[in-house]
Amino acid sequence: MRPLIPLEGATASYEPPSLHNFQFGGIYGGPDWLNRPLVQAVAAAIIVIAFWLWASRQLKTVPTRRQFVFEYFYEFIRNGVARDALGHDFRKYVPYLLGLFSFIWVNNLFEIFFLTMFPTMANIGYAWALAIIAWIVYNWAGVRRHGVGGYLRRSLFPSGVPAPLYVLVTPIEFMSNILIRPLTLGLRLFGNMFAGHLVVLVFVVGGSYLMLHGSQPIYHVAGVVSLLFSFLIFALELLVCTLQAYIFTVLTAQYVASSIADEH
Amino acid sequence: MTPMIDFGPLLPEYPSEIIMGVLLMVVVWLVLRAKVVPMFEQMYVERADKIQGGMERASKAQAEAEAALAQYRAQLDGAREEAAKIREDAKAQAAQILADQRQRAADEAAAMLEQARHQIEAERHQAAEQLRGEVGGLAATLAGKVLGESLDDDTRAKATIDRFIADLEAGVSEGQPA
Repeated sequence: MRPLIPLEGATASYEPPSLHNFQFGGIYGGPDWLNRPLVQAVAAAIIVIAFWLWASRQLKTVPTRRQFVFEYFYEFIRNGVARDALGHDFRKYVPYLLGLFSFIWVNNLFEIFFLTMFPTMANIGYAWALAIIAWIVYNWAGVRRHGVGGYLRRSLFPSGVPAPLYVLVTPIEFMSNILIRPLTLGLRLFGNMFAGHLVVLVFVVGGSYLMLHGSQPIYHVAGVVSLLFSFLIFALELLVCTLQAYIFTVLTAQYVASSIADEH
Repeated sequence: MTPMIDFGPLLPEYPSEIIMGVLLMVVVWLVLRAKVVPMFEQMYVERADKIQGGMERASKAQAEAEAALAQYRAQLDGAREEAAKIREDAKAQAAQILADQRQRAADEAAAMLEQARHQIEAERHQAAEQLRGEVGGLAATLAGKVLGESLDDDTRAKATIDRFIADLEAGVSEGQPA
């Protein structure tokens, strides 16, 4: 489905950004699934691992300036997310949350990195993958803390509710805790990156087209303005990339916290 | 087969996306758990120990300084007390010495006075004795001249003279002019 919108007196047909901009064939003549987003995801994993291995080398109790920056990032997740949400036994979840944030963030930053210019998470499979892991992690954390029965009782039959109301409350809790949480996690991440990339495409592709192929001078001006404006959009996307990585991580931590909480 | 609803981009295009996503995330997680987070946490523990140790050392040093200060204060107080005592002793001693000297001077003066009085008394006695003898002779001679007769060997005359002299002495001792 590639709609062609002919512009008045245009020298080339305009192809508006759409879903096809998010679909890639195999690179280097490989199979279709071996595509750019997959290479990006692997690259992001390698970058994250390499960065943290480098950062954790030769840590001193009196930090150097470089180590201070690493510690700032590390404590942003360790203290700002894990400890705040999980309380005293947060240390077990620090590796996961730190990896989660780093992995999503690098993948998101690929949206505005000039060599890639595509957010990996705009292919929903990667967002679903992270949501599935989050779902497993928070349910497993609850089961390990309270046992299967205890965890289900706590999450489906919250205390302090009059017994007849369980008819209403239990399905809601089930939907909320078991279904909605991973869905919203994945969809939120995917939707933000997808929409952000689409907006960038509209301003860059549309602006370029107007600038190069516009039939009237006003179109050229509009194209230039649109391209200039795309820099603002990039700045906005930098914020969105970071925010979405942070939100995904914080919500995962919150879900784990509510699973292992003693009372609902 | 095509799903009943077209989910569009909400379903992954390739299953590889989910598989690789899970795989990569798990690899990242495991590496961070094995290598990165333990290093950071160990460093935090060491740092906390170091800071705590430093604080303990500092508080110990402070306690030592306070003890030393207290000791110096005590020593200073002792020295002050001692100095005051020495001063007091010296004052007392000086007063004692002064009193002793004064007493001694007074004693000496008294002794000298006594001695002088004795001497004067002795000389007075001597003079009186001498005078008595001379006055007796002189009076006898004078009386003899007045009476025209010698009283030198007369017992009666001698008794008269003696009585006269005794009267004279009694007058002197009563403070009348001789």
